[in-house]
Amino acid sequence: MVEPLDGPRTGALPPDLAEVTRDERSLRRFLHGLPGVDQVGLEQRAAGLATRSIKKDAKAWAIDTAIGMVDLTTLEGADTEGKVRALAAKARRPDAEHPDVPPVAAVCVYPDLAATAVAALAGSGVGVASVATAFPSGRSARRVKLDEVALAVSAGASEVDIVIDRGAFLSGRYGQVFEEVQQVKAACGDAHLKVILETGELATYDNVRRASWLALLAGGDFIKTSTGKVSPAATLPVTTLMLQAVRDWRDRTGEPRGVKPAGGIRTTKDAMRYLVAVREVAGPEWLTPALFRFGASSLLGDLLMQRRTQRTGHYAAAHHVAVDA
Amino acid sequence: MSGWEYAPAPESAAVANLRDRYRMFVDGEFTDGAGTPLTTLNPATGEPLAEVATAAQSDVDTAVRAARRAFERTWGPMPGAERAKYLFRIARLIQERGRELAVLETLDNGKPIKEARDSDIPTAAAHFFHHAGWADKLGYAGYGPEPRPLGVAAGVIPWNFPLLMLAWKIAPALACGNTVVLKPAETTPLSALVFGELCQEAGLPPGVVNVLPGSGDVGAQLVAHPDVDKVAFTGSTAVGKEIQRTLAGTGKKLTLELGGKAANIVFDDAPLDQAVEGVVGGIFFNQGQVCCAGSRLLVQESIAEELLGKLRSRVELLRVGDPLDKNTDVGAINSAEQLARITDLVAAGEAEGATRWSSSCPLPERGFFFSPTVFGDVQQSMRVAREEIFGPVLSVLTFRTPDEAIAKANNTPYGLSAGVWTEKGSRALWAAQRLRAGVVWANTFNRFDPTAPFGGYRESGFGREGGRAGLEAYLDV
Repeated sequence: MVEPLDGPRTGALPPDLAEVTRDERSLRRFLHGLPGVDQVGLEQRAAGLATRSIKKDAKAWAIDTAIGMVDLTTLEGADTEGKVRALAAKARRPDAEHPDVPPVAAVCVYPDLAATAVAALAGSGVGVASVATAFPSGRSARRVKLDEVALAVSAGASEVDIVIDRGAFLSGRYGQVFEEVQQVKAACGDAHLKVILETGELATYDNVRRASWLALLAGGDFIKTSTGKVSPAATLPVTTLMLQAVRDWRDRTGEPRGVKPAGGIRTTKDAMRYLVAVREVAGPEWLTPALFRFGASSLLGDLLMQRRTQRTGHYAAAHHVAVDA
Repeated sequence: MSGWEYAPAPESAAVANLRDRYRMFVDGEFTDGAGTPLTTLNPATGEPLAEVATAAQSDVDTAVRAARRAFERTWGPMPGAERAKYLFRIARLIQERGRELAVLETLDNGKPIKEARDSDIPTAAAHFFHHAGWADKLGYAGYGPEPRPLGVAAGVIPWNFPLLMLAWKIAPALACGNTVVLKPAETTPLSALVFGELCQEAGLPPGVVNVLPGSGDVGAQLVAHPDVDKVAFTGSTAVGKEIQRTLAGTGKKLTLELGGKAANIVFDDAPLDQAVEGVVGGIFFNQGQVCCAGSRLLVQESIAEELLGKLRSRVELLRVGDPLDKNTDVGAINSAEQLARITDLVAAGEAEGATRWSSSCPLPERGFFFSPTVFGDVQQSMRVAREEIFGPVLSVLTFRTPDEAIAKANNTPYGLSAGVWTEKGSRALWAAQRLRAGVVWANTFNRFDPTAPFGGYRESGFGREGGRAGLEAYLDV
C-alpha cells in the first residue's frame, strides 16, 4: 500500500461547503460562482512549467518518483488473468536487472480481474485499483454502477476509479452527479476513490474546474483526467487546472486530495513536466504517490530506459526492458 | 518525500564570444573612440565583462557626418524594395546568432536567459522582419503617396532591453529611408556593438547605422547635434524633459518613451489563477525593470485577501539567481545604482506605513539582487504608489467600485500601460475606454508585437513605436 493521505480526512465537509451541497440550486450557484479560467493564460502558464530544465540528480530523483506514482494499467476487452499476473510481476519489480527500482503505486484493472490482481500482488505493497461504474462511458443504471463498485471492493481492491456521468454534467444536472459520486464513496468503504472527469468530453476549462470541485465536494480522494479511451486525454493545462483545484481545496478545508492525469503521457520528458506542475502549482508536498499518480501503460517503459541511461550514459535498446504486459 | 531541487542548468557563457575590448561602430568600421573607455560589468557577479570605447564630441560629429553622407548618397535614394532586402537580412542574422546574442544580453544586463532567449531576441528579429515589409509599401501607410524620410535619426536607448530597444529605433528608421546614430546605455553597450557586426555581414552601406557607446553626455551631444533631424529617446522622464527642452524650437522631430506606473486592475469576476500569473509577469518580468511594468496592483476589496494569498504563494516560488541558469525566473538588477534606488524606495514604503512582504527565496551572495517584494496597505499618497521604482516591487491598493478603480488607475502622472482582469467583455471594454494609457491589456500583460503601436500619455512620453502608427515618427508627413 502507498502511504496514507497526509492530512486528516474527517469525511465531513466544513459548514460553508456542506451548505452549498444542500440542493441542486445552491450547488449550481456555487459551481458557477467559481472564478473563471482564462484559456490563453492557463495554457501559457502550462507552457512555462514545461520549460524547467531537469537533469542529473534532479532527473534521477524525478524518474524514481514517477515510477513510484505509476498506476500500471490494462483496460482492454481482451484482458485475461494471465495478462494481469504478468502486469503484477512487473509492478512488483519493474526492472529485473535493477532491483533498486521502486515498485509502482498500483495495478489498475477491470473489476472482474481485481481478485486476480489482489492475489498476484499480495504482500508487495502495490495497490490494486479497479475501474467501476460502467467504465468508460458511465452509462448504466445507478444500481449497476454501485454493484460494480461493490464487486471491486469485495475482491479486495484498495482503490476504485470511477467515471462521472458526463451526460448529466453537461446537461447541468450537477446534483445527480454529486449524489452518485457520494453514494459510490460510501460503497468504497476504506478503498480510495478516484473520480474520472473525462476532461476531453467536458470541452471547456470552466467545466473542468466545476467538475473538479463537484468531485471533491462529493468525497473523491483523487480527481483524474481521463479514461484513456477519449482524445484528448490528459494535457498539461488540464492537469495544472486540477492541481489548482486541489490546492484551493486544501486551503479551504485543510485536507489534501490527489490528482491523476491519465492517457497520453508516454515519455519521461512528459512526466517531468507534470512533476514540475505538481511541485509549482499544488506544492512539493504533493510529490508523493498518495497525492499524485500517472495513469499510463507505456510511460513506465520509457522511465526505465531513461533510468538506465542515467546510470550507463547510453540509451539501451528496447528489448533490455520487459515489455508492458 | 517532498524535497526536489532542480539541478542548476546554466547556459555556457562561452556562447557569447565575449571579448576583452569592444570598439565603436562608425561609418561601417569599428574604431577607437576619443572618449575615456568604460568598463561594463556583469550585474550577476559585479565583475568586469569588457572594456568599451566611448565617443567624444568629435566622434559624434564624425558619426553624424557619416550618417548624413549615407543618407544623401546611398540609403535615402535607394528604392524601398532594396532597403527591405537589407532589413530582412539583418532579421535573419539576428535569428542565426540568436543564442549568442541572448547569452551576451544576459551577461551584460542580468536578465534571465529564458527571457533574453524567448522574448528579447525573437521580438527584436520580429521588428526587423515587420519593418522590412513596410520598406516598399510606405505609400500605402496612410501618409500620402510618397512619404519622404527625415534624414539622420538619433536613437538613445535604455539598459533594460538593450537589443530590443535598438530594434525599435533602428528598424523603422531604416525602413523609412533614414540613417541612424545610436547611443546605447552606458551599462549595456555590448549587444549594440555586436549588432554593428551584423550590419557589416548584411553588407549594409557604411554610415547607415552608427553606434556610439558612452554615458549620458554623449547622448546629450548627439541629440543636440545640429545635423540630426529626428530624435527618438527611451528612458527616464527626467532625461526626456531635458531633451524636450533642448529640442524646443529646433524643428527636429521627437518621440519620447518614458517612465510608467501602470495599474493592473483585478475585478472580482476575474479568472483569478490567470490574474495571479499576469500580475507576477507584469511586475517581475525583467526584475520589474520595465517601463510598462504593472507596478500598481488595484484589486477589488471583495477578493483582495484571496488574491493576495495566491499571489504570495506564487511569488514565493519564483527562483531568483544566476541569470544564465535556465531555471531562473528573476535575475540580477542591472547596476549597483539601480539596486540602491530600489532599496531607498522600499525603505520609504516601509517608513510611510505600507506593509512589506518579500519572498524568502535565497539570494546569491555576489552581484546585484533584490527579493521579489509586495507592498500591502498602500495608499495613493505614498511614494511607492506614485514613483516609478523600476524594480521587482509591487504596490497593492484596493478599490470597491469600477469607477473607483479607474479613478485610482488614472491618478498618476504617467500613462504608458494598464491591465484589466475580468471575465466580462463589456467591463474590459468599458475600462479600456477610460484608462489613460497607451496600451491596455485585457486578461494578459506585457504582450508585445511589432504590429501593435506602443507609447505613452502625459509623463510617459509621446509618439508611437511599432505598427503603422510607428512609421509616422520617421517620415516627413
